[in-house]
Amino acid sequence: MIYLQLFWEFAKIGLFTVGGGMASLPYLYELAEKYPWFTAQDITNMVAISESTPGPIGINMATYTGYQTAGVLGGIIATLAIILPEVIIVLVVANYLEKYNESRLVQAAFYGIRPTVVALISLAFFTVFRSSVLNMEAFAATGSVAAAVDPVALVLFAVAFVLIYRFKKHPLWYILGGAVVGILLAPNGA
Amino acid sequence: MLWQLYLSFAKVGALTFGGGYAMLPILQREIVDNKGWITTEEALDYYSVSQCLPGIIAVNTSLFIGHKMKGKAGGICAALGIVTPSLVIIMVIAAFLQNFIHYPIVQNAFYGVRIVVCALILSAIVKLFRPAVKDGFTAFLYLLTLFLGLFTSIPTWLLVVLAVLAGIVGSRVLHKGDGA
Repeated sequence: MIYLQLFWEFAKIGLFTVGGGMASLPYLYELAEKYPWFTAQDITNMVAISESTPGPIGINMATYTGYQTAGVLGGIIATLAIILPEVIIVLVVANYLEKYNESRLVQAAFYGIRPTVVALISLAFFTVFRSSVLNMEAFAATGSVAAAVDPVALVLFAVAFVLIYRFKKHPLWYILGGAVVGILLAPNGA
Repeated sequence: MLWQLYLSFAKVGALTFGGGYAMLPILQREIVDNKGWITTEEALDYYSVSQCLPGIIAVNTSLFIGHKMKGKAGGICAALGIVTPSLVIIMVIAAFLQNFIHYPIVQNAFYGVRIVVCALILSAIVKLFRPAVKDGFTAFLYLLTLFLGLFTSIPTWLLVVLAVLAGIVGSRVLHKGDGA
C-alpha cells in the first residue's frame, strides 16, 4: 500500500515539476504535511545531501525520501515514479521537438509558469527558514517574538547568504562549512 | 549499444554534481567528445528543450539523446543509466545516517547545514527571480501565488496548471505572444 502511495505521489511530482531540482521542493513539503513519512526538518537534511552528492538533485531527493519512507524498495519506486511521466512525454514528443521549443504557446505558458514556480520556491523557503533559523516552539510557548529568533542562527544565515552570493562556489563547500560551524557551536551539547 | 548508452549515462550521472548547468560540461566530454554520438549544438538543443518539459532536466536530456541513438529502448536505457548512481550513493548515505543521526555531533552538524541550505534556497530564488518576474503581470502572478500558497490549501500542481493558463491568457491580452 505504501509503495502504491509513494508511486502515485512521486509520479505526480514528476509530471508537475518544471524548471529543475528546487522546483520539486514545494511538493515534498506538501507530502510532509499530508503523510507521516518525514518531517519538514528531514526535507532540509535531504536537500543538503542531494546538493552535496553526485546526480541530479530531483532524483537524489526522490531516492532519499523514498528510502526514508519505505526502505530500499521505496527508494527505487520513488525514483522510477518521478521519471515515468517524462519518459512517456519525451519518447512521444521527441520527433516534434524543434517546433515545440519555438512555439509561441510554450513561450506564453512559461511567461506564467516562471513567476509561479519562483513563488512556490519562496514558500518552501519560508518553511525551511521557520524550522531552521526561527524557533517556533519557543514562540508558541511564550508568545514573544524575541524568544522565537535564534540570533546565532540568524547571523549564520546572513553570513552564509552573503558568501554564497559573492563567491558562487559549489554548494558542497558551504554545506561542509555549515557542518563544521554546527559542530563547533554544539547547540545540542557535545 | 543499449548497454553502452546505459553505462555512459551512468558515468554522466556519477560525475554531475547538482544537475542543471553542471551537467553540460560532463555531457560534452562523455557523449560529444568521447563517444561522438551527438554534436555540441545538438546537446545544447536537447538541453534547452528539456528545461521546458516537465520532470528532471538531466533525465529529459538523457532521454532525448538515448532516443536519437536507439529509439525508445535507447531512451529508457539512458534514463535508467543517469539515475543509477543516485540510487546507489543516496541509499548508502541514507542508511549510514539512520544509524548515526541520534549522535549529538551529527545533530550539531545538521544544525549548521540546515541554516546553509536555507541560504542556498534563498540564493536560488534571487537567481531565478529576475528573469521570471519582469513586468507588472508576472509580479502580480508572483504575489498571487504567494498569497494562495499561504492562505489557501490549493494543491501545488493545480497552481502550476493555473499558471500555464494565466501565462497564455496574459501574454495574449498584453500582446506579448513572444513571451520575451
